[in-house]
Amino acid sequence: MTNLYVARNPRVAARSLDGEMMIMSGRDSTLFTLNKTATLLWQAADGATPLDQIIEQRICTEYEVDAGEALRDAESLARDLASHGILQISEEPIVRGESK
Amino acid sequence: MSELITEVERLGLIIEIGGVAVRVHTTCPDFLHMLEERYAGYISSGAAPEIQFDVELGPPGNADPHADVHVSQRNGRWTLTRGDFRAEWEPIQRHGLIRSRANPYSIDSVLRIVHTLVLAKQGGFLLHAASAIRNGRAFLFAGVSEAGKTTISRLAPSDVTLLTDEISYVRRLGDGYVAFGTPFTGELAQLGENVSAPVAALYLLAKGSENRMEPLPDGEAARSLLANVLFFANDEELVQEVFHSAFEFVSRVRVFRLTFFPDARIWELIR
Repeated sequence: MTNLYVARNPRVAARSLDGEMMIMSGRDSTLFTLNKTATLLWQAADGATPLDQIIEQRICTEYEVDAGEALRDAESLARDLASHGILQISEEPIVRGESK
Repeated sequence: MSELITEVERLGLIIEIGGVAVRVHTTCPDFLHMLEERYAGYISSGAAPEIQFDVELGPPGNADPHADVHVSQRNGRWTLTRGDFRAEWEPIQRHGLIRSRANPYSIDSVLRIVHTLVLAKQGGFLLHAASAIRNGRAFLFAGVSEAGKTTISRLAPSDVTLLTDEISYVRRLGDGYVAFGTPFTGELAQLGENVSAPVAALYLLAKGSENRMEPLPDGEAARSLLANVLFFANDEELVQEVFHSAFEFVSRVRVFRLTFFPDARIWELIR
């Protein structure tokens, strides 16, 4: 399995309120409300840490979940958010919004 | 020649909504008369216009007459199109051109869109909501169609001044927000009073078998507010502005879910 890197799109609007992360796509004005797990993923999406490490270090330490299942769910979520321009995903580290 | 210049000058009026004055020029006296009737109460004689639009009457030249609204900006020039109109506006020049048929709906839509763009830069917004003033304070009643905006407007007692039954105009002022009357009407088909007051509360409407008012947590309030904000532009920067404005609003204004049985007793809760 190849590593997947995820990075927050710096051009989207995001706010955390009452423990919820709300994000609005500037492209189509769709509003997303992330649950706590998805919020952890969002916050850790620095473009440099592989997704499997994020799951291992941030998700599996917080929740009793199977790492493989959590990774599959996270990949699905990341691709969904990427389709709305919320996240960037790449098989290589992402620096300043570009993969290198 | 001087008579011609005078005649052209006369064919224009200033429509002032929310303290933003827009001058509309036309060469058609009948169209001007229609605008004077449509925006009665919002025609200003003294305000310095912030924006001027020339209106060319005729088919807008759009490929699809039923096309949805599209609003985009390129190199400082906004383009607003729908099947029934095409408008261009350069904020720096404070000038724009509207091409549409001679009906009030197209101009109305252009004005709404322009106001959403102006307000977005200033921390305000247009809201799909009725609004009214009571005891010097403004109350907003937001909701989708059939949520009860027109119903609660109809039930308003005589000491309530109706600002709109459909689209509320909210501007940031200092640490708070002010709601203005608008000529944008819903089923009530009655122009709001052209007055303003500080916003005291936002109610998210739901019809029910009894009257009940529950404060909403900020997250839910912001989400509900955003669902009712009118914004049309495909513009990442302004979408961000509107997003953050909604959070600022709910941090400063009380937001409630208002379930109401449609009779006049509901106004006993709103003071």
